[in-house]
Amino acid sequence: MNVDRITEKLNILADAAKYDVSCASSGSKRKNENKGLGNASNGICHSYTEDGRCVSLLKILLTNHCIFDCAYCVSRKSNDVQRAAFTVQEVVDLTINFYRRNYIEGLFLSSGIFKDADYTMERLVRIAKKLRTEHNFNGYIHLKSIPGASDELMNEAGLYADRLSVNLEMPTEAGLKLLAPDKNQADMIKPMGYLKNAIIQRTEEKKIFKKAPIFAPAGQSTQVIIGATPENDSEVLQSANYFYKNFNLKRVYYSGYVPVLADSRLPALNTSVPMVRENRLYQADWLMRFYGFKVNEIVNDSQPHLDLDIDPKLGWAIRNMQAFPVDINKADLQMILRVPGIGLQSAQKIVSARKFAKLNWDQLKKIGVALNRAKYFITCKSNEFERRDLTGSNIKQFILATSQSKYLKNTQVQLNLF
Amino acid sequence: MMTTLIYDGTFEGLLTAVFEVYDRRLGRVNLQKSDLGANALFEDKMQVITDEARANRVLKGLKQKISSMGVQRLYAAHLAEMDSDANSLLGYIRYAFDSAVNIEEDYGNRFVMRVSEMVRMVRREKHRMEAFVRFQKLKDDTFYAGIEPDFNVLPLLIRHFKSRYADQKWIIYDLRRKYGLYYDLHHTQYISLDFANVAKPADVIAAFTEDEGIYQHLWKNYFTSVNIPSRKNTKLHVRHIPKRYWKHLTEKI
Repeated sequence: MNVDRITEKLNILADAAKYDVSCASSGSKRKNENKGLGNASNGICHSYTEDGRCVSLLKILLTNHCIFDCAYCVSRKSNDVQRAAFTVQEVVDLTINFYRRNYIEGLFLSSGIFKDADYTMERLVRIAKKLRTEHNFNGYIHLKSIPGASDELMNEAGLYADRLSVNLEMPTEAGLKLLAPDKNQADMIKPMGYLKNAIIQRTEEKKIFKKAPIFAPAGQSTQVIIGATPENDSEVLQSANYFYKNFNLKRVYYSGYVPVLADSRLPALNTSVPMVRENRLYQADWLMRFYGFKVNEIVNDSQPHLDLDIDPKLGWAIRNMQAFPVDINKADLQMILRVPGIGLQSAQKIVSARKFAKLNWDQLKKIGVALNRAKYFITCKSNEFERRDLTGSNIKQFILATSQSKYLKNTQVQLNLF
Repeated sequence: MMTTLIYDGTFEGLLTAVFEVYDRRLGRVNLQKSDLGANALFEDKMQVITDEARANRVLKGLKQKISSMGVQRLYAAHLAEMDSDANSLLGYIRYAFDSAVNIEEDYGNRFVMRVSEMVRMVRREKHRMEAFVRFQKLKDDTFYAGIEPDFNVLPLLIRHFKSRYADQKWIIYDLRRKYGLYYDLHHTQYISLDFANVAKPADVIAAFTEDEGIYQHLWKNYFTSVNIPSRKNTKLHVRHIPKRYWKHLTEKI
């Protein structure tokens, strides 16, 4: 092994892959039944980068040679960067040896488009196949679906990979046309649609024939870049909602645009990464997927942006004061989930515990409720509760005065620079 | 009157103490791991002698009262080895026995809540070890990792590592508690290693295979390459990987 050469390739091709934020290694159920290597189950973050993101998978490009010229992408054709390409065997060796040392949960393999979609997809599939069939590898594999790849290749990819993803890149088709003139949304949706149907069909088959092979057991995901184009939060979340509903996606990732290239169509190079906005979008996404919120309750035409000051659940609550206060000892789970400061686990615990005896403030605090927010919205077994007739904006002020807002913290950091 | 029970800190010891509580119809009890010496006025003190048969009787009774998952959770909480919390475990078990219904989800009860917190702490440490173990390949093809977990989680790691690394020999060694797990391609067993003969760091490095250094080097490079400097967030980084774990993490050394 030429250590210097492989180190150089790894640096180039990991660096080029890092703007893909997906790192999930959960949701699969691949077992190690044959005394082979590895399994995939609940997902483990083996390390964290200095920017606080999880490192779960060996996330690399097969190559950063690309025939496309997408404005937001470091690997675009017209960008003057060092190019490299791994061989199939090099990717296999790195994956296996990192995995055996417990560095990673598996492989996340993407690629620049060389020659054409099928040619690229075929290389990605070949690596996954080799890992599964020759090396008895049962760890997690996430492959990129290359836009425009044929159904046959997507089918083969589903047989070897745990998860597949196509990046929509921009929340709207107009945004995509502006920054990635070579790409079109129809090409991206095609493999996504094929996989959605294939996954449904294979799951049905598996119910009847236990021995039927598993097919992309961790489903599909996608990513949209935030802040490179002028879409508002409502457009971003409506688009995410559309793909969750119509393509059964497991996750939509929101990637705050990191200015890496000078281009008149893009934010200037010194623009800061919209990290708070990204965080608020993820919170809103969670509300849609786990807390029973409809997208229109979070953002709509009169409320096109998420409030950066406060989390979107608190935002909804202060706009809907007529729904509160909620009696913690009587309200149903769906309503308790809507109280700011109460998460999924706390809500479950409350509903379980109150069967034994009514709960008071101390017990709620022990259970894990963030009372600094929740106290304005609930009553419990106590004579003490918020008696003032507060407006939503009063409450927002009180909460902001007593907590460290992520938004305020961040502006401070930026001001200190000058 | 308060009775102080002194037990050996094992799970069987805890269960034997429960047996004594019911056998002797004790009321207020203070359970502690070691004899602290001082004798309070009006205090009875008693040494609990761990007895497998009695412990098993208690365990069998407990299984009638709580789910098998509940018993596993109690065992996990016990691995926190927090001396002051022996009374929470005892309180939980007594509450389970004295109640007509299953009390596992009565989070309003202080014992149930405390045990739930302990379980969460121990499981988080278990999960951290599943993430932070860094194997190094030795010349005899065994993969070795040293760890120093906050709690005694090695027994909880067996299943995960055995099913994942079924085709390689491995050792995970708890350097703080001075015992380890060894998997020989068939079974796992507890072992203790003698590090006394390892005088110089060079001796340790000599035990590794040649490609071990290469993959460590590649992993460190990878770790640096995937960082996005313009998103730097040290606070978040350290919250996810507290500094006390760094010395065993290849990428942080």
